[in-house]
Amino acid sequence: MNKGLLRYFGKTVARMLLLLVAVSMISFFLVNNAPMNAVDAFLGEAKVTDEQRALIEERWGLNKPPLERYLIWGNNVLHGDMGESLYYHQPVSKVLKEKFLSSIVLMGTAWILSGLIGFVLGVLSGVYRGTWIDRIIKTFSLVLASTPVFWIGLLMLVVFAVELQWFPLGLAAPIGKSVNDVTLSERIHHLVLPALTLSITGIANIILHTRQKLIDVMESDYVLFAKARGENLKQLVTRHGLRNIALPAITLQFAYFSELFGGSVLAENVFSYPGLGSSAVLAGLHADAPLLLGIALFSALFVFVGNLTANIIYGIIDPQIREGGGING
Amino acid sequence: MAEAKFQKVETGGMNRRRKVLLIIAAGVLALAVISIWGACMDPAKYAPNYEARRLMPSLSHLFGTDHQGRDMFFRTICGLSTSIQIGLLSAVISSLVALFLGSLSAVFGGRVDTAVGFMVDLCMGVPHLILLMLISIAMGGGAAGVITGVAVTHWPNLTRVIRAEVLQVRSAQYVQIARKLGMSKWHIAAKHIVPHVFPQYLVGLILLFPHAILHEAAITFLGYGLPLDTPAVGVILAESMKHLATGMWWLAFFPGIALLLVTQLFDIVGDYLKILIDPHSARQ
Repeated sequence: MNKGLLRYFGKTVARMLLLLVAVSMISFFLVNNAPMNAVDAFLGEAKVTDEQRALIEERWGLNKPPLERYLIWGNNVLHGDMGESLYYHQPVSKVLKEKFLSSIVLMGTAWILSGLIGFVLGVLSGVYRGTWIDRIIKTFSLVLASTPVFWIGLLMLVVFAVELQWFPLGLAAPIGKSVNDVTLSERIHHLVLPALTLSITGIANIILHTRQKLIDVMESDYVLFAKARGENLKQLVTRHGLRNIALPAITLQFAYFSELFGGSVLAENVFSYPGLGSSAVLAGLHADAPLLLGIALFSALFVFVGNLTANIIYGIIDPQIREGGGING
Repeated sequence: MAEAKFQKVETGGMNRRRKVLLIIAAGVLALAVISIWGACMDPAKYAPNYEARRLMPSLSHLFGTDHQGRDMFFRTICGLSTSIQIGLLSAVISSLVALFLGSLSAVFGGRVDTAVGFMVDLCMGVPHLILLMLISIAMGGGAAGVITGVAVTHWPNLTRVIRAEVLQVRSAQYVQIARKLGMSKWHIAAKHIVPHVFPQYLVGLILLFPHAILHEAAITFLGYGLPLDTPAVGVILAESMKHLATGMWWLAFFPGIALLLVTQLFDIVGDYLKILIDPHSARQ
């Protein structure tokens, strides 16, 4: 590892930590400015006097200024204490861990599927530009790009769960079975529809991107020259095309972590899949501020891991950065 | 110059340009009709009618009726109109922010570039849907929350595109030669940079519409956006979810298709606009 590369990584990591702090601040103040009342959410139907309410507020520190509250919260988070979820009545960190383990299976499957299928279809479409293959793939992805995730989910439910009854209506495991009894095949059976739904939405992006990049490369002067030298289509694509488009495609796929998380929120809600996404929605609707903040922070961390990976790959592969130029320079 | 490359295409007495213009006009007209029709619709058209509950799609109820006997066709049109208006407003705001920040960042570079880059990263750092939820909660839900949320979350991509385009053109050889020849900054911007960046901006803006509309529907679907009594597509689809198991598939199918068609209309308008502005790039 040379100096330029090291400096680039150091700069990237520092930048991302700074971002994480900024994100935590923004989400904290957004949640705190919300008209929803945590005390109301905590009390539910119980009736209390104004003094008791004031007591609760004092005990929770709700009467302190926002900045002080943020610092207290931030300090606790750094020490691994993210507070207690009002909805699940469990520590936020425990809920996050549990739900993420279930979400990552769904997101991981969808991520790999969409990346592979998308890239292959994109290359096909770009190589056979203007033919019927290209037209079908292009139309398919253009339509998909503007199809709501949750609607695809609903259609999948109607076709495969209600009409054909091939797959269950939702959840990650059969109802009424304890966690330890659930077999792998049952899990997979419950995973198919949500994962398929989630991956379909990611495909369009990568197809269109790959196709466009490949077309750009194939129209370039160096490919024209290579053609003149007598290279055939396969050589052109593997020597000049794939090398130039693989990197942006991989980066795009890592940068797609953000959309993936958003998509999983929708997919999980349609299929009542008990992951981070469905808890995020529940947390918001039940004014569960600690959990909501925890999920927002976690989702930011998740996206950062994706971006960081993309940047590291860039740093290793792109010689301009390796020499110490930096992508932002 | 570029036109000389094209073969003459016979299109029934119309030249290519006129045909493209016609398609754009038709697309815009269709979108305008839907939004005006929906906005001026009498709410009685989709009011509950308990004598006509759970009806399959038929000629009198094109999209069927729901468990309260509301006509889904009129409800959907009304919802689409709301979606188009919200999408249009927030996408335009977003794209202007992107145009401004993107060019600023590329032209001034240095600290300005770093600051804009930080804002972009910040905005891209949280999944849009989570950010939308937070903003919607902070603003107490409703249309204002959705518009703010969508406008605030959708500029980063386009900003990056515009910044990259401007940078690329600026470092291109012909621009460097123009600079060495002593052309003024304004001349270079007007002659070389704007013509190159504008199509990208326009395409980016058009691509924002479907995103904005879909995010509006998504956030409403999750229960954070428009109130439940507005006939929004998100609300309709969220309600339909409760009735899927009883076989009322039309509640989800038709409103979704209609939403898809509207976003496709925006895409078509965008694509043909691209052909009009930059015939070379849109050549099949």
